[in-house]
Amino acid sequence: MSSIIGTLGALLREKKVSCKELTKAYLDGIDRDNGVLNAYVRVTGEQALKTAAEVDRKIAAGEALSPLEGIPMTLKDNISTRGIETTCCSKILQGYTPIYDATVWQMLQKQNAVLLGKTNMDEFAMGSSCETSCYGGAANPFDTGHVAGGSSGGGASAVGGNLAAYALGSDTGGSIRQPASFCGLVGLKPTYGAVSRFGLIAYASSLDQIGPICKSVEDAAVVFDAISGQDPMDSTSVGHKDPVSPQLAQKPEQLAIGVVKEYFKGVDPQVEAAIQNAIRTYEKLGAKVVPLSMPAISYALPVYYILACAEASSNLGRYDGIRYGYHADHYNGIHEMICKTRSEGFGPEVQRRILLGSYVLSAGYYDAYYKKAQNLRGAVKKGFDETFAQCDVILAPTVPMTAFPKGFAGQDQVQTYQTDICTVPVNIAGLPALSIPCGYDQKGLPVGMQLIANRFEETKLLQTAYLFEREMAGEIYRKEEWGCRTYA
Amino acid sequence: MREYEMVAGLETHVELATKTKIFCGCTTAFGGAPNTHCCPICIGLPGVLPKLNRQVVRYGILAGLATNCKINPVSKMDRKNYVYPDLPKAYQVSQYDKPLCLGGWITLDSGKKIRLTRIHIEEDAGKLVHERGDTFVDYNRGGVPLIEVVTEPDFRSVEEVREYVEKLQLLMKYIGVSDCKMQEGSLRCDVNISVRPKGSETFGTRTEIKNMNSFTFMSKALEYEFERQVDLLESGEAVIQETRRYNDTTGETESMRSKEDAHDYRYFKEPDLVTIATGEEEIETLRAQLPELPDRKKARYLEMGINEGDAAALIRSRRAAAFFDEAAEGLNAPKTAAAFIVGQMFSRYSTEEQREEWAVAISPAQLHALCELVESGKCNRNLAKATLEKMLDTGKDAKSFLSEGDLAGVGSEQLAQVCKTVIAQNAGAVQNYLGGKETALKALVGAVMRETRGRADAEKASGMLIDMLKKEC
Repeated sequence: MSSIIGTLGALLREKKVSCKELTKAYLDGIDRDNGVLNAYVRVTGEQALKTAAEVDRKIAAGEALSPLEGIPMTLKDNISTRGIETTCCSKILQGYTPIYDATVWQMLQKQNAVLLGKTNMDEFAMGSSCETSCYGGAANPFDTGHVAGGSSGGGASAVGGNLAAYALGSDTGGSIRQPASFCGLVGLKPTYGAVSRFGLIAYASSLDQIGPICKSVEDAAVVFDAISGQDPMDSTSVGHKDPVSPQLAQKPEQLAIGVVKEYFKGVDPQVEAAIQNAIRTYEKLGAKVVPLSMPAISYALPVYYILACAEASSNLGRYDGIRYGYHADHYNGIHEMICKTRSEGFGPEVQRRILLGSYVLSAGYYDAYYKKAQNLRGAVKKGFDETFAQCDVILAPTVPMTAFPKGFAGQDQVQTYQTDICTVPVNIAGLPALSIPCGYDQKGLPVGMQLIANRFEETKLLQTAYLFEREMAGEIYRKEEWGCRTYA
Repeated sequence: MREYEMVAGLETHVELATKTKIFCGCTTAFGGAPNTHCCPICIGLPGVLPKLNRQVVRYGILAGLATNCKINPVSKMDRKNYVYPDLPKAYQVSQYDKPLCLGGWITLDSGKKIRLTRIHIEEDAGKLVHERGDTFVDYNRGGVPLIEVVTEPDFRSVEEVREYVEKLQLLMKYIGVSDCKMQEGSLRCDVNISVRPKGSETFGTRTEIKNMNSFTFMSKALEYEFERQVDLLESGEAVIQETRRYNDTTGETESMRSKEDAHDYRYFKEPDLVTIATGEEEIETLRAQLPELPDRKKARYLEMGINEGDAAALIRSRRAAAFFDEAAEGLNAPKTAAAFIVGQMFSRYSTEEQREEWAVAISPAQLHALCELVESGKCNRNLAKATLEKMLDTGKDAKSFLSEGDLAGVGSEQLAQVCKTVIAQNAGAVQNYLGGKETALKALVGAVMRETRGRADAEKASGMLIDMLKKEC
């Protein structure tokens, strides 16, 4: 399948459609379908049309357009947008309007990206189904009785439902790749440090990373090129050396695909079958498949939940109702004001993770949990280093199953946490990874395949994915290229 | 009653004199309308990230080098989590287990070394303002860089604590990392204090007294707390480990929170910042920037023949000391210049701020010229004193106030003549002196001064009179 961004860009440049018409078509689609999908929690039509007018002016003036210019898109509700309410889909941030822009949004604004709105997510990105959102979950465009995934569920639902050309999400333990997998999309979690986190409302600072959710590998490469870069405002940012897009069609030389057996434990047979098919496709394309083992992966899940919750407990301490956001009505004194504000403002999953995180950091438990998890983080990193000495890219399932039915995730938290097993190792090691569709289950729900590369090897990662996408295009992508469908 | 001794250790917060805050570009200027020296970063809005001001690291290293610390080649920032409205992120970015500087000392005048455990860098919190029955928060101070200087429990008296803080304050001012204004809160102390019977080797249970920002309060608080703990032990009660504060109205310390209520700060590495590496080269560059430190300067002054009191006074103001150094250059008796500065100029510039500012009308060269006139005997001390006052009023040279007659002075021959006359005319005083009444000499010197209209050198005249009178008997 070709790039949506490329297709729309060509239509604009060839003046077959004006940016205003394009934007309006998307806004109409949102009007019609968002009631069912609940992908958007805030639509910014006015601002979108204003940007569209500027793009149309440039087109009329014969000025050159950059790749993302005039392309309607959306941002996850944890990416700060000046003048546009940004809530992380939490009651506690109701009414909070940032007074500054996240670096990624600054970069996209320079390209006249048309922001259609802010998309739904699990509250503070804590969840795998988008259902911990204070606005309710986002539906899966393939089957609205199923979730879009999480936490960037709104973005995936919007792109999958053709309500945006691409979305920016954030991935702390799989929050871009998992919903991309559930919604049959390409979701890229860049190397930690490739994209600035400045303005991304933190869940777990050492794991969070912003990335694109797109309809194709080509699109993901274009968006990644636009948002990656070293940012002086983010001390942990490194950037990325060369743009990926121009090199995307190059076939990586001597591609060795690592298949790590630990990634296949407890995977649904239908998912496994689709992944095995993909492995055979790569073999057919000339890649060498290397069976590998990485026992350290078994630490990844507990390490993730300890570190992520620990950091979250600190990051979320600032929401006290004093300066912005939700503020409890009735209280006696400052202590009670803060307690009530937080008890009423945070949902149960967020409270659970704050409690867990405070516990693992507290005196007497720090060594047993946090410190041990930090040490094991090193073991996971080392495991990947050893694995990448033997292969170029790791191929694994993104999620052990296809999209959950609505309501499933809230039933058993531990069981739901376990569905993150395939995505969290990457965040712990700070690696780039993406999810790309590789088939369907019997219900017709998409299966996502995960590709993982070594740090800052986005180029190799996207090239490997592109190879597969070109080979499989006709088979696994939906027929509709762009345009809006209705959901009865 | 048994005799007790105090055991105390200090944690001193020193606000650094950087132009901008530790993690953002906001000004660190004191005061300003509430919440005007703020930005999304220092008020901790959702999504912001800190960016370490490298000057803070450099100042921290300078502080470490000036106090004989080892500089950690790799240190890191940590989050200290606690909830208080003046802390907008609900954590303070500080340093926990890998501070910037380790293990130095400051030497007291007695020669006793107060050992420093560590010096680390951190951000200050905002301030609560209580007004009109309400509480407001002012985040202007939030994010202002601090160093915290932590000592071992080496203090045994209030005087030692005081001397240490004064020395630390002076050192930090010398190296230019802080103005150390206690009244503006740029130097604040927390004291850990316990008591034990004299001769005992073990430590008693300690209390911590927080946030003392004046020498007077600190002395009073420590004296009160010492007595309180001794009284408890003497009446058979135990000291409870707790945090206390000094109430300057009652003159007492009062309990803030007990050990059970002590914060669990849940320290962990600040994930938004990278580790701080400090190379040998950077450390040596900074070491080369260190000025002559107060103790060394004082030793040099004593070697120059300046008396203890003047030397101690001079080093207290780095600018005055620099003024002195320039003025004294090439003088036979530098102590003359020191005496003028400490004896006369310091009474004009009596406050610490004035001495700090050192906005004097004359240049060191002008003082040097005056000292030369005194040294050569062309101008006696009294006349020189009066002249210096006029110089300080106007900024003019000494010579503008001294007539040729003044400057001609009184030559030795002329002085001898006058002395002879005076002895002849004051038989009574001479008699008294020879009879053993030493004070009678003063009357004779006075007479010489009157005869010469003050131009004679009183010391010289005195010597000459004594010689002549010896011959008389």
